[in-house]
Amino acid sequence: MNTASAGPSTTTVTTALEMSAVRKVYTMGDGSEVVALDHATLTLGSDEIVALVGPSGSGKTTLCSIAGGILSATEGRIVVGGEDISGHDAKELTKFRQDKVGFVFQSVNLVPFLNARENLLVVDELGKRTGAPAKARADQLLDELGLADRAKNLPSQLSGGQRQRVAIGRALMNDPSLVLFDEPTSALDTKLGEQVMELIRNEMKTRGTAAIVVTHDERITHYCDRSVHIVDGRLEA
Amino acid sequence: MKLALKELRRRPGRFATATIILTLIAILLMFLGGLLDGLIASSTGAIRAQNADAIVYSGTAQASFVRSRIDPDLRAQVEAVEGVTEVGGIGNVQLGARVPGNGPRDLASVALFGYELAPDGVPDAPAYGQAWADETIKASGVTDGMVIEVGPARTPIEIIGFVEDTNFNGQSSLWASPDTWRDVLSANRPDAQLGPDVFQALIVRGDGDGLPDAIDAATAGATDSYTVDEAVAAIPGVTEQQNTFNQIIGVTVAIALVVIGLFFALLTVERTSLYGVLKALGAKSSTIFAGLVAQAVVVTAIAALVAGTLVVLLDLLLPAGSIPLLVTPGRILLSVALLLVAAVLGCSFSLRRVLRIDPASAIGTTS
Repeated sequence: MNTASAGPSTTTVTTALEMSAVRKVYTMGDGSEVVALDHATLTLGSDEIVALVGPSGSGKTTLCSIAGGILSATEGRIVVGGEDISGHDAKELTKFRQDKVGFVFQSVNLVPFLNARENLLVVDELGKRTGAPAKARADQLLDELGLADRAKNLPSQLSGGQRQRVAIGRALMNDPSLVLFDEPTSALDTKLGEQVMELIRNEMKTRGTAAIVVTHDERITHYCDRSVHIVDGRLEA
Repeated sequence: MKLALKELRRRPGRFATATIILTLIAILLMFLGGLLDGLIASSTGAIRAQNADAIVYSGTAQASFVRSRIDPDLRAQVEAVEGVTEVGGIGNVQLGARVPGNGPRDLASVALFGYELAPDGVPDAPAYGQAWADETIKASGVTDGMVIEVGPARTPIEIIGFVEDTNFNGQSSLWASPDTWRDVLSANRPDAQLGPDVFQALIVRGDGDGLPDAIDAATAGATDSYTVDEAVAAIPGVTEQQNTFNQIIGVTVAIALVVIGLFFALLTVERTSLYGVLKALGAKSSTIFAGLVAQAVVVTAIAALVAGTLVVLLDLLLPAGSIPLLVTPGRILLSVALLLVAAVLGCSFSLRRVLRIDPASAIGTTS
C-alpha cells in the first residue's frame, strides 16, 4: 500500500502522507532541549487508516500536529497529498490546512452558536468561499452521516455521537487528502465509541481518504488498517 | 467576519452588558457635547451674527464690551483706514428684566445691544424704546408687543418681534437703537454711562483680509481688533468653557476605549480554545481579528444609535430655555465617529493575544 516519494516538492498522489526522518525539538526556558519527535518516518497510502497508539506524552499529538500543518518540524520532510510542507511558513501552512487536511478534535469543538450545517460551512467560509457548491456538499455530507434532519440543530441540541458525526462532516468538507482524528472515542462510552470508529472507517474507505487515528485505546485499533506505536517520540511499527 | 456577526445575532445576551455600558457612555458623550454647543451658542450668538470684517474694541479692553470705549476721535481714525467702507457703533448692557405676569423676583436675563449696522438676521434698529428680542426670551413668557421693564430703573422696552441665535453670555439678546441702549445704560448702570456718540465697540466692513491688523496699526495700539471668529473665541470664558468640556469629552472617549478594550480582551481570553480550533481549520489571525473589530463596531454603532435617539428625545422633551442643550446632527455624528475610533483602538488591545493563539492548542498539548 505504501509508495515511495517521487520528487523533492511533489509526489504522485498515491500516498496521502510521507514523513521522513522528522524531528521536533522544543527548547525549554533553561536552555535544555526536549525531543518530542525523533526521526519519525511514516507513510500512509491514499485510503489507509493508521492508528497511532501511545501513552500520554509519547509524541503522538506532536506527530499529528506536524502532519496536519499545525506545527513545523525542526528537521525532516513532510509531504501531504503531494504537497511538500517541510519549508512552509505560517501563511502557507494556513492555506495548506484549508485545502488538504481535516481535523476531528478530541473534545469535538464545534462552534457553539452555529447549527450543524453551518459548522460544516465554516470550513468553506475560512477557506475557498465557494458558496453554493459548499452548501450542496454540506447537505450531502449531513445526509450521508445521517444528520439531514439535524442540520438546523445547534451543538447543544445534539447527542455526543451526533456531535462527533458533525465534526467528521466538518473534517471532510474540504475533501482532504488526510484526516487527523485526535482521540475520537475518548469522550464516548464503549458502544458509542465502536459506532463512531465504524463510521470513521466507512466514511474514509468510501471516499478513499487516508486517516490517522490518535488513540491510547488498543480496543479500537482493529478498525484501522494498521497500528503504529510511538514511545518517547520514536515510532515503532 | 460573517461568523462574528452571526454570533452577535445568535447570542445578543453576551454583548448586552457592553452595549448597555457603551450606550450610557454615548449618552454622556452626546449630552456633554450638546451642552458645550448649547453653552457656546448661547454665549456667542450676538458676535457670530455680526456681518463684519473687523470687530474693534479699545486697546486694553481684552475683547470685553464692559471694558471697552470708542470715542468719536478713535472712530474717525478707524474710518480713515484704507479699505474700510462701513463703520457702525455697538454697545451692550446686561440686566434683569421684569416680565408682565411673572413674579417680582422672576427676572429674565437680557443683554441689550444698541447697534448701527444690523447683524445677519436682525432688522435695522427699531424706534426709540423698542427692541427686537432673541426668541429664547419666549421661555420667560415674553410675547410679541409686550413691554418689559429692564434693570433696576425699570426702563420700559417694547418687544416688536423676534430673531434667532443672537444670544450673548447665556442671556437673551435685545436689539435696540443706540439711543435706547445709551439711555438704558445711563439709567441702570450710572457708573458705566457713556457720553454722546461714544460706543463700546465698532463693527467694521471693508476690503482685505488684514483689516483688523491694519486698523490696530493705524490707531497705534489704541484699538484691539478681531475677525468675527477671533472675536467669538475672545469672548471672556468661551475658550475656557470649550477647553473644560473638551477635556471631559476626551476622558469620556478614553473610558469608552478602555471599556471596549477590556470587554473584548476578556471575550478573546474566553474564546482562546474556539479561536485555536478555527485557526487549525485554516482561519487567519487577520480574519479572527476582523471579526472582533466587526463585533466591536456593531456593538458601538447600536449603542450610539440608541444614545443618539435618546438624546434627541431628551432635547425635544426639555422645556425650551431650561438648560443650554443644543443637539445637532454634526455633534451626534462626531460622537459616533469618536466612539467608533475608540472601538477599533480598544479592540487592538486584543490583537496580540489573537496573534499568539496557537492552532496546536486545538489538539491538546504538544506532547
